[in-house]
Amino acid sequence: MKDFGFTISKGRSLDLDNLQQDRVDKLLELVPSYKLCIGCGGCTASCSAAGFTDFNIRRIHTSFLRARYDDLDKQLQKCMLCGKCTLVCPRGVNTRALIINMRRILAGVDSVTVNEEKGVVL
Amino acid sequence: MKSISIIGAGPSGIEAASVLARLGYTVTLFEKSSSPLKNIADKAFLFPNFAAAGDIVELMNKKLLNSNIVQRLDTDIVGLVREGDSGWKLTDAKGASYYSDLVLLATGYTPFDAHRKEELGYGIYEGVVTSLEMEKMIRYDNIVTSLGEKPRRVVFLQCVGSRDEKSGNHYCSKLCCVTAVKQAIELKKQVPDAEAYIFYMDLRMWGQHFEELYRQSQQDYGVRYIRGRISEASGTFDGRVQIKAEDTLMGLPLKMTTDLLVLMVGMEASEGTRCLAKAAGICGDYGFAQSVDPHINDCCTLHDGLFVCGSCKRPMTINDVINDGRAAAVAIASRQ
Repeated sequence: MKDFGFTISKGRSLDLDNLQQDRVDKLLELVPSYKLCIGCGGCTASCSAAGFTDFNIRRIHTSFLRARYDDLDKQLQKCMLCGKCTLVCPRGVNTRALIINMRRILAGVDSVTVNEEKGVVL
Repeated sequence: MKSISIIGAGPSGIEAASVLARLGYTVTLFEKSSSPLKNIADKAFLFPNFAAAGDIVELMNKKLLNSNIVQRLDTDIVGLVREGDSGWKLTDAKGASYYSDLVLLATGYTPFDAHRKEELGYGIYEGVVTSLEMEKMIRYDNIVTSLGEKPRRVVFLQCVGSRDEKSGNHYCSKLCCVTAVKQAIELKKQVPDAEAYIFYMDLRMWGQHFEELYRQSQQDYGVRYIRGRISEASGTFDGRVQIKAEDTLMGLPLKMTTDLLVLMVGMEASEGTRCLAKAAGICGDYGFAQSVDPHINDCCTLHDGLFVCGSCKRPMTINDVINDGRAAAVAIASRQ
Protein backbone atom coordinates (compact mmCIF):
# COMPACT_ATOMS: atom_id res chain seq x y z
CA MET A 1 0.00 0.00 0.00
CA LYS A 2 1.21 3.44 -0.80
CA ASP A 3 2.58 5.36 2.14
CA PHE A 4 1.00 8.81 2.23
CA GLY A 5 3.00 9.81 5.30
CA PHE A 6 0.01 9.90 7.65
CA THR A 7 0.21 8.32 11.08
CA ILE A 8 -2.18 7.90 13.97
CA SER A 9 -1.11 9.85 17.05
CA LYS A 10 -0.70 7.83 20.17
CA GLY A 11 -2.93 9.24 22.93
CA ARG A 12 -1.00 11.33 25.43
CA SER A 13 -3.42 11.01 28.29
CA LEU A 14 -2.78 8.80 31.29
CA ASP A 15 -5.15 5.86 31.42
CA LEU A 16 -5.33 4.74 35.01
CA ASP A 17 -7.66 1.86 34.10
CA ASN A 18 -4.88 0.07 32.25
CA LEU A 19 -1.83 0.69 34.42
CA GLN A 20 0.81 -2.03 34.40
CA GLN A 21 1.28 -2.00 38.15
CA ASP A 22 3.88 -4.77 38.62
CA ARG A 23 7.01 -2.59 38.44
CA VAL A 24 5.35 0.08 40.58
CA ASP A 25 4.37 -2.52 43.18
CA LYS A 26 7.92 -3.84 43.18
CA LEU A 27 9.30 -0.35 43.76
CA LEU A 28 6.91 0.35 46.63
CA GLU A 29 7.77 -2.99 48.18
CA LEU A 30 11.50 -2.20 48.08
CA VAL A 31 11.18 1.46 49.04
CA PRO A 32 8.05 1.65 51.23
CA SER A 33 8.91 5.19 52.33
CA TYR A 34 8.05 6.32 48.79
CA LYS A 35 4.37 5.84 49.63
CA LEU A 36 4.72 9.00 51.72
CA CYS A 37 5.78 11.25 48.81
CA ILE A 38 3.67 14.40 48.55
CA GLY A 39 5.15 15.66 45.28
CA CYS A 40 6.60 18.82 46.82
CA GLY A 41 9.64 18.89 44.53
CA GLY A 42 12.19 19.41 47.30
CA CYS A 43 14.26 16.61 45.78
CA THR A 44 14.43 18.36 42.41
CA ALA A 45 15.18 21.72 44.02
CA SER A 46 18.16 20.34 45.91
CA CYS A 47 19.53 18.34 42.99
CA SER A 48 23.02 19.27 41.72
CA ALA A 49 22.30 17.74 38.33
CA ALA A 50 19.01 19.61 37.90
CA GLY A 51 20.79 22.96 37.87
CA PHE A 52 22.70 22.09 34.71
CA THR A 53 20.60 19.55 32.83
CA ASP A 54 16.93 18.75 32.31
CA PHE A 55 17.18 16.05 34.95
CA ASN A 56 14.08 16.31 37.15
CA ILE A 57 13.95 13.60 39.77
CA ARG A 58 10.46 14.53 41.02
CA ARG A 59 9.08 14.19 37.51
CA ILE A 60 10.97 10.92 36.99
CA HIS A 61 9.62 9.18 40.07
CA THR A 62 6.11 10.52 39.46
CA SER A 63 6.33 9.12 35.91
CA PHE A 64 7.44 5.77 37.30
CA LEU A 65 4.49 5.76 39.68
CA ARG A 66 2.18 6.29 36.69
CA ALA A 67 3.94 3.46 34.81
CA ARG A 68 5.34 5.83 32.20
CA TYR A 69 8.83 4.44 31.76
CA ASP A 70 9.66 5.93 28.34
CA ASP A 71 13.30 7.07 28.61
CA LEU A 72 13.54 6.99 32.40
CA ASP A 73 16.48 4.56 32.40
CA LYS A 74 18.51 6.99 30.31
CA GLN A 75 17.39 9.95 32.44
CA LEU A 76 18.32 8.17 35.65
CA GLN A 77 21.93 7.78 34.52
CA LYS A 78 22.34 11.53 35.09
CA CYS A 79 21.97 11.08 38.84
CA MET A 80 25.30 11.07 40.69
CA LEU A 81 23.77 9.51 43.83
CA CYS A 82 25.05 12.37 45.98
CA GLY A 83 22.03 11.95 48.29
CA LYS A 84 21.19 15.62 48.80
CA CYS A 85 17.58 14.91 47.86
CA THR A 86 17.38 12.36 50.68
CA LEU A 87 18.57 15.00 53.14
CA VAL A 88 15.88 17.51 52.21
CA CYS A 89 12.82 15.25 51.82
CA PRO A 90 10.17 16.43 54.33
CA ARG A 91 8.50 13.01 54.38
CA GLY A 92 11.68 11.01 54.92
CA VAL A 93 11.54 9.22 51.57
CA ASN A 94 14.78 7.37 50.91
CA THR A 95 15.16 8.94 47.47
CA ARG A 96 18.62 7.52 46.97
CA ALA A 97 17.32 3.96 47.43
CA LEU A 98 14.40 4.97 45.21
CA ILE A 99 16.72 5.96 42.35
CA ILE A 100 18.93 2.87 42.64
CA ASN A 101 15.88 0.62 42.65
CA MET A 102 14.21 2.39 39.73
CA ARG A 103 17.43 1.85 37.75
CA ARG A 104 17.57 -1.82 38.69
CA ILE A 105 13.94 -2.51 37.97
CA LEU A 106 14.14 -0.76 34.60
CA ALA A 107 17.32 -2.67 33.75
CA GLY A 108 15.55 -5.90 34.64
CA VAL A 109 18.05 -6.70 37.38
CA ASP A 110 15.71 -8.60 39.66
CA SER A 111 18.25 -10.80 41.37
CA VAL A 112 19.97 -7.96 43.19
CA THR A 113 17.86 -5.25 44.77
CA VAL A 114 18.54 -2.70 47.44
CA ASN A 115 15.93 -2.70 50.14
CA GLU A 116 15.89 0.61 51.96
CA GLU A 117 15.76 -1.12 55.33
CA LYS A 118 17.66 -4.34 54.75
CA GLY A 119 20.35 -3.05 52.38
CA VAL A 120 21.48 -5.22 49.45
CA VAL A 121 19.26 -8.29 49.12
CA LEU A 122 20.60 -11.11 46.99
CA MET B 1 -32.30 36.47 85.50
CA LYS B 2 -32.26 37.36 81.82
CA SER B 3 -34.02 35.35 79.16
CA ILE B 4 -32.26 34.31 75.98
CA SER B 5 -33.44 32.86 72.68
CA ILE B 6 -30.97 30.56 70.97
CA ILE B 7 -31.79 29.90 67.33
CA GLY B 8 -30.51 26.55 66.11
CA ALA B 9 -30.11 23.31 68.05
CA GLY B 10 -26.84 22.15 66.57
CA PRO B 11 -23.77 21.42 68.69
CA SER B 12 -22.93 25.11 69.06
CA GLY B 13 -26.42 26.21 70.11
CA ILE B 14 -26.76 23.28 72.52
CA GLU B 15 -23.38 23.92 74.14
CA ALA B 16 -24.23 27.60 74.64
CA ALA B 17 -27.69 26.66 75.94
CA SER B 18 -26.32 24.21 78.49
CA VAL B 19 -23.70 26.64 79.85
CA LEU B 20 -26.18 29.53 80.07
CA ALA B 21 -28.83 27.34 81.71
CA ARG B 22 -26.32 26.27 84.36
CA LEU B 23 -25.56 29.95 84.94
CA GLY B 24 -29.26 30.55 85.61
CA TYR B 25 -30.43 32.08 82.34
CA THR B 26 -33.89 31.19 81.05
CA VAL B 27 -33.12 29.59 77.70
CA THR B 28 -35.46 28.95 74.80
CA LEU B 29 -33.83 26.82 72.13
CA PHE B 30 -35.48 27.07 68.71
CA GLU B 31 -34.99 24.41 66.06
CA LYS B 32 -36.68 24.28 62.68
CA SER B 33 -36.30 20.48 62.37
CA SER B 34 -38.18 17.94 64.43
CA SER B 35 -35.06 16.96 66.40
CA PRO B 36 -31.81 18.59 67.47
CA LEU B 37 -28.38 17.79 65.94
CA LYS B 38 -29.81 17.04 62.49
CA ASN B 39 -26.49 17.58 60.71
CA ILE B 40 -24.59 15.05 62.83
CA ALA B 41 -27.34 12.43 62.82
CA ASP B 42 -25.92 10.39 59.95
CA LYS B 43 -22.23 10.97 60.60
CA ALA B 44 -20.16 7.87 61.28
CA PHE B 45 -16.90 8.87 62.92
CA LEU B 46 -15.29 12.22 63.59
CA PHE B 47 -11.75 13.14 62.56
CA PRO B 48 -9.04 13.01 63.69
CA ASN B 49 -9.59 10.35 66.37
CA PHE B 50 -12.48 8.41 64.84
CA ALA B 51 -14.78 9.18 67.77
CA ALA B 52 -18.22 7.69 67.11
CA ALA B 53 -20.54 10.53 66.12
CA GLY B 54 -23.42 8.74 67.87
CA ASP B 55 -21.61 9.14 71.22
CA ILE B 56 -21.26 12.89 70.65
CA VAL B 57 -24.97 13.13 69.81
CA GLU B 58 -25.83 11.27 73.01
CA LEU B 59 -23.60 13.50 75.16
CA MET B 60 -24.93 16.67 73.55
CA ASN B 61 -28.53 15.53 74.05
CA LYS B 62 -27.82 14.97 77.75
CA LYS B 63 -26.73 18.60 78.02
CA LEU B 64 -30.27 19.61 77.12
CA LEU B 65 -31.67 18.00 80.27
CA ASN B 66 -31.86 21.19 82.31
CA SER B 67 -35.03 22.72 83.65
CA ASN B 68 -33.88 26.17 82.51
CA ILE B 69 -33.98 25.05 78.86
CA VAL B 70 -37.20 25.01 76.87
CA GLN B 71 -36.91 23.39 73.45
CA ARG B 72 -39.11 24.59 70.64
CA LEU B 73 -38.71 22.08 67.82
CA ASP B 74 -40.37 22.40 64.39
CA THR B 75 -40.16 26.16 64.88
CA ASP B 76 -38.62 28.00 61.95
CA ILE B 77 -37.62 31.49 63.05
CA VAL B 78 -37.81 33.89 60.11
CA GLY B 79 -38.03 37.30 61.75
CA LEU B 80 -35.72 39.02 64.22
CA VAL B 81 -36.21 42.65 65.34
CA ARG B 82 -35.30 44.74 68.32
CA GLU B 83 -38.26 45.25 70.64
CA GLY B 84 -38.27 48.26 72.95
CA ASP B 85 -35.04 49.39 74.63
CA SER B 86 -33.54 46.13 75.67
CA GLY B 87 -35.30 43.18 74.12
CA TRP B 88 -35.80 41.19 70.96
CA LYS B 89 -38.81 39.86 69.11
CA LEU B 90 -38.64 36.68 67.09
CA THR B 91 -41.27 35.55 64.60
CA ASP B 92 -41.67 32.03 63.25
CA ALA B 93 -42.88 30.93 59.84
CA LYS B 94 -46.39 30.36 61.20
CA GLY B 95 -46.58 33.95 62.47
CA ALA B 96 -46.16 33.31 66.21
CA SER B 97 -43.98 35.76 68.15
CA TYR B 98 -41.51 35.17 70.97
CA TYR B 99 -39.81 37.76 73.20
CA SER B 100 -36.51 37.63 75.07
CA ASP B 101 -33.84 39.93 76.50
CA LEU B 102 -31.05 38.42 74.45
CA VAL B 103 -30.64 36.45 71.21
CA LEU B 104 -27.92 34.05 70.13
CA LEU B 105 -27.80 33.13 66.46
CA ALA B 106 -26.59 29.54 65.97
CA THR B 107 -28.27 28.82 62.67
CA GLY B 108 -25.30 27.05 61.11
CA TYR B 109 -24.51 25.91 57.61
CA THR B 110 -25.99 23.84 54.84
CA PRO B 111 -24.00 21.48 52.60
CA PHE B 112 -23.31 22.71 49.08
CA ASP B 113 -25.89 21.36 46.63
CA ALA B 114 -23.83 19.17 44.28
CA HIS B 115 -26.49 19.40 41.55
CA ARG B 116 -25.12 22.87 40.86
CA LYS B 117 -21.91 21.34 39.46
CA GLU B 118 -23.74 19.63 36.62
CA GLU B 119 -20.51 18.61 34.86
CA LEU B 120 -19.72 16.31 37.78
CA GLY B 121 -22.87 14.30 37.15
CA TYR B 122 -24.51 14.34 40.56
CA GLY B 123 -28.17 13.37 40.21
CA ILE B 124 -27.45 12.19 36.66
CA TYR B 125 -25.21 9.15 37.16
CA GLU B 126 -25.93 6.89 40.10
CA GLY B 127 -22.26 6.27 40.80
CA VAL B 128 -21.79 9.92 41.77
CA VAL B 129 -22.48 10.58 45.46
CA THR B 130 -21.74 13.34 47.95
CA SER B 131 -19.46 13.10 50.97
CA LEU B 132 -22.59 13.11 53.17
CA GLU B 133 -23.98 10.05 51.40
CA MET B 134 -20.58 8.36 51.68
CA GLU B 135 -20.53 9.13 55.40
CA LYS B 136 -23.93 7.49 55.75
CA MET B 137 -22.75 4.39 53.87
CA ILE B 138 -19.75 4.21 56.22
CA ARG B 139 -21.93 4.62 59.26
CA TYR B 140 -24.12 1.67 58.35
CA ASP B 141 -21.19 -0.39 57.04
CA ASN B 142 -22.82 -0.46 53.64
CA ILE B 143 -20.45 1.03 51.05
CA VAL B 144 -21.94 -0.13 47.76
CA THR B 145 -22.00 0.92 44.11
CA SER B 146 -25.13 1.90 42.25
CA LEU B 147 -25.53 -1.81 41.43
CA GLY B 148 -25.39 -2.76 45.09
CA GLU B 149 -21.92 -4.32 44.87
CA LYS B 150 -18.76 -3.69 46.87
CA PRO B 151 -16.77 -1.04 44.98
CA ARG B 152 -13.41 -1.95 43.46
CA ARG B 153 -12.41 1.68 43.14
CA VAL B 154 -13.58 4.89 44.80
CA VAL B 155 -12.49 8.37 43.72
CA PHE B 156 -12.85 11.35 46.07
CA LEU B 157 -12.90 14.85 44.59
CA GLN B 158 -12.04 17.82 46.79
CA CYS B 159 -13.33 21.40 46.61
CA VAL B 160 -16.82 20.78 45.22
CA GLY B 161 -18.52 24.14 45.77
CA SER B 162 -15.47 25.57 47.53
CA ARG B 163 -12.58 27.61 46.11
CA ASP B 164 -14.68 27.84 42.99
CA GLU B 165 -15.67 31.08 41.36
CA LYS B 166 -18.22 29.24 39.21
CA SER B 167 -20.14 28.29 42.37
CA GLY B 168 -19.78 31.83 43.69
CA ASN B 169 -17.72 30.55 46.62
CA HIS B 170 -14.15 31.81 46.71
CA TYR B 171 -13.58 30.48 50.18
CA CYS B 172 -12.16 27.19 51.42
CA SER B 173 -14.62 25.07 53.42
CA LYS B 174 -11.72 23.92 55.54
CA LEU B 175 -12.85 20.47 56.66
CA CYS B 176 -13.38 18.57 53.38
CA CYS B 177 -9.65 17.79 52.92
CA VAL B 178 -9.35 15.86 56.14
CA THR B 179 -12.84 14.38 55.74
CA ALA B 180 -11.79 12.75 52.44
CA VAL B 181 -8.65 11.35 54.08
CA LYS B 182 -10.76 10.01 56.94
CA GLN B 183 -13.38 8.51 54.61
CA ALA B 184 -10.71 6.92 52.41
CA ILE B 185 -9.25 5.21 55.50
CA GLU B 186 -12.72 4.04 56.55
CA LEU B 187 -13.32 2.73 53.02
CA LYS B 188 -10.09 0.71 53.20
CA LYS B 189 -11.10 -0.63 56.62
CA GLN B 190 -14.51 -1.76 55.38
CA VAL B 191 -13.57 -2.76 51.82
CA PRO B 192 -9.83 -3.55 51.97
CA ASP B 193 -9.61 -4.57 48.31
CA ALA B 194 -10.96 -1.28 47.00
CA GLU B 195 -8.58 1.30 45.52
CA ALA B 196 -8.95 4.81 46.91
CA TYR B 197 -7.92 7.90 44.97
CA ILE B 198 -8.14 11.48 46.19
CA PHE B 199 -8.03 14.29 43.63
CA TYR B 200 -7.03 17.61 45.18
CA MET B 201 -5.93 21.16 44.33
CA ASP B 202 -4.10 21.62 47.65
CA LEU B 203 -4.36 19.41 50.69
CA ARG B 204 -4.94 21.53 53.76
CA MET B 205 -4.10 19.47 56.83
CA TRP B 206 -4.33 22.38 59.23
CA GLY B 207 -5.48 20.72 62.44
CA GLN B 208 -3.78 18.71 65.13
CA HIS B 209 -3.20 15.10 63.94
CA PHE B 210 -4.52 15.86 60.43
CA GLU B 211 -1.11 15.58 58.76
CA GLU B 212 -0.50 12.35 60.67
CA LEU B 213 -3.82 11.02 59.39
CA TYR B 214 -2.74 11.90 55.85
CA ARG B 215 0.57 10.05 56.35
CA GLN B 216 -1.26 7.08 57.82
CA SER B 217 -3.58 6.94 54.81
CA GLN B 218 -0.54 6.72 52.51
CA GLN B 219 1.61 4.41 54.59
CA ASP B 220 -0.90 1.97 56.09
CA TYR B 221 -3.83 2.14 53.68
CA GLY B 222 -2.23 2.89 50.31
CA VAL B 223 -4.57 5.78 49.53
CA ARG B 224 -3.38 7.44 46.30
CA TYR B 225 -3.30 11.18 45.82
CA ILE B 226 -3.46 12.95 42.48
CA ARG B 227 -3.07 16.69 42.23
CA GLY B 228 -5.65 17.94 39.77
CA ARG B 229 -9.28 18.93 39.62
CA ILE B 230 -11.72 16.62 37.89
CA SER B 231 -13.32 18.64 35.09
CA GLU B 232 -16.12 16.28 34.14
CA ALA B 233 -17.69 12.94 34.83
CA SER B 234 -19.70 10.76 32.50
CA GLY B 235 -21.54 7.47 32.85
CA THR B 236 -20.36 4.22 31.29
CA PHE B 237 -22.63 1.54 29.84
CA ASP B 238 -21.99 -0.71 32.85
CA GLY B 239 -23.08 1.80 35.47
CA ARG B 240 -19.63 3.12 36.37
CA VAL B 241 -18.32 6.67 36.12
CA GLN B 242 -15.56 7.92 33.86
CA ILE B 243 -13.65 10.99 34.96
CA LYS B 244 -11.27 13.40 33.30
CA ALA B 245 -8.64 15.47 35.04
CA GLU B 246 -5.12 16.71 34.62
CA ASP B 247 -2.39 15.02 36.60
CA THR B 248 -0.68 18.35 37.21
CA LEU B 249 2.47 16.77 38.64
CA MET B 250 2.90 14.92 35.35
CA GLY B 251 1.58 17.71 33.17
CA LEU B 252 -0.63 15.18 31.38
CA PRO B 253 -4.36 14.75 30.94
CA LEU B 254 -5.72 11.72 32.74
CA LYS B 255 -8.81 9.56 32.53
CA MET B 256 -10.04 6.69 34.62
CA THR B 257 -13.17 4.75 35.46
CA THR B 258 -14.46 4.39 38.97
CA ASP B 259 -17.33 2.63 40.73
CA LEU B 260 -18.05 5.57 42.99
CA LEU B 261 -17.18 9.24 42.61
CA VAL B 262 -17.50 10.99 45.96
CA LEU B 263 -17.95 14.76 45.77
CA MET B 264 -16.53 16.48 48.87
CA VAL B 265 -19.18 19.17 49.19
CA GLY B 266 -18.36 22.40 50.97
CA MET B 267 -20.29 24.43 53.53
CA GLU B 268 -22.59 27.32 52.73
CA ALA B 269 -24.59 29.59 54.99
CA SER B 270 -27.90 27.89 55.83
CA GLU B 271 -31.20 29.40 54.77
CA GLY B 272 -31.84 30.43 58.38
CA THR B 273 -28.44 32.09 58.62
CA ARG B 274 -28.96 34.05 55.40
CA CYS B 275 -32.46 35.12 56.37
CA LEU B 276 -31.72 36.19 59.96
CA ALA B 277 -28.33 37.80 59.24
CA LYS B 278 -30.17 39.93 56.71
CA ALA B 279 -33.06 40.70 59.08
CA ALA B 280 -30.62 41.78 61.79
CA GLY B 281 -28.31 43.66 59.40
CA ILE B 282 -25.23 41.59 60.24
CA CYS B 283 -24.53 40.08 56.81
CA GLY B 284 -20.96 38.98 56.24
CA ASP B 285 -19.43 37.34 53.18
CA TYR B 286 -21.29 34.71 51.14
CA GLY B 287 -24.46 34.95 53.23
CA PHE B 288 -22.75 34.10 56.53
CA ALA B 289 -23.35 36.22 59.65
CA GLN B 290 -20.67 38.63 60.80
CA SER B 291 -19.23 39.19 64.25
CA VAL B 292 -17.67 42.45 65.40
CA ASP B 293 -14.13 41.17 65.12
CA PRO B 294 -12.78 37.72 64.33
CA HIS B 295 -10.02 37.90 66.93
CA ILE B 296 -11.23 39.26 70.22
CA ASN B 297 -14.95 39.83 69.81
CA ASP B 298 -16.02 36.95 67.67
CA CYS B 299 -19.35 36.19 69.37
CA CYS B 300 -20.64 39.79 69.59
CA THR B 301 -22.39 41.68 66.82
CA LEU B 302 -22.99 45.32 66.03
CA HIS B 303 -26.15 45.10 68.11
CA ASP B 304 -26.18 45.03 71.89
CA GLY B 305 -27.85 41.83 73.04
CA LEU B 306 -27.45 39.94 69.75
CA PHE B 307 -24.73 37.28 69.61
CA VAL B 308 -23.49 34.78 67.04
CA CYS B 309 -21.78 31.41 67.37
CA GLY B 310 -20.80 28.39 65.30
CA SER B 311 -20.86 27.79 61.57
CA CYS B 312 -23.34 30.56 60.84
CA LYS B 313 -20.19 32.73 60.74
CA ARG B 314 -17.94 30.62 58.51
CA PRO B 315 -17.11 26.96 57.87
CA MET B 316 -16.16 25.30 61.15
CA THR B 317 -15.60 21.78 62.45
CA ILE B 318 -17.73 20.17 65.17
CA ASN B 319 -15.13 20.81 67.88
CA ASP B 320 -14.75 24.39 66.64
CA VAL B 321 -18.46 25.06 67.00
CA ILE B 322 -18.75 23.46 70.44
CA ASN B 323 -15.91 25.67 71.68
CA ASP B 324 -17.50 28.65 70.02
CA GLY B 325 -20.84 27.96 71.71
CA ARG B 326 -19.04 27.99 75.05
CA ALA B 327 -17.23 31.20 74.08
CA ALA B 328 -20.57 32.82 73.21
CA ALA B 329 -22.00 31.81 76.61
CA VAL B 330 -19.05 33.48 78.33
CA ALA B 331 -19.40 36.59 76.16
CA ILE B 332 -23.07 36.77 77.14
CA ALA B 333 -22.56 36.11 80.84
CA SER B 334 -19.73 38.65 81.13
CA ARG B 335 -21.68 41.32 79.26
CA GLN B 336 -21.61 44.73 80.89
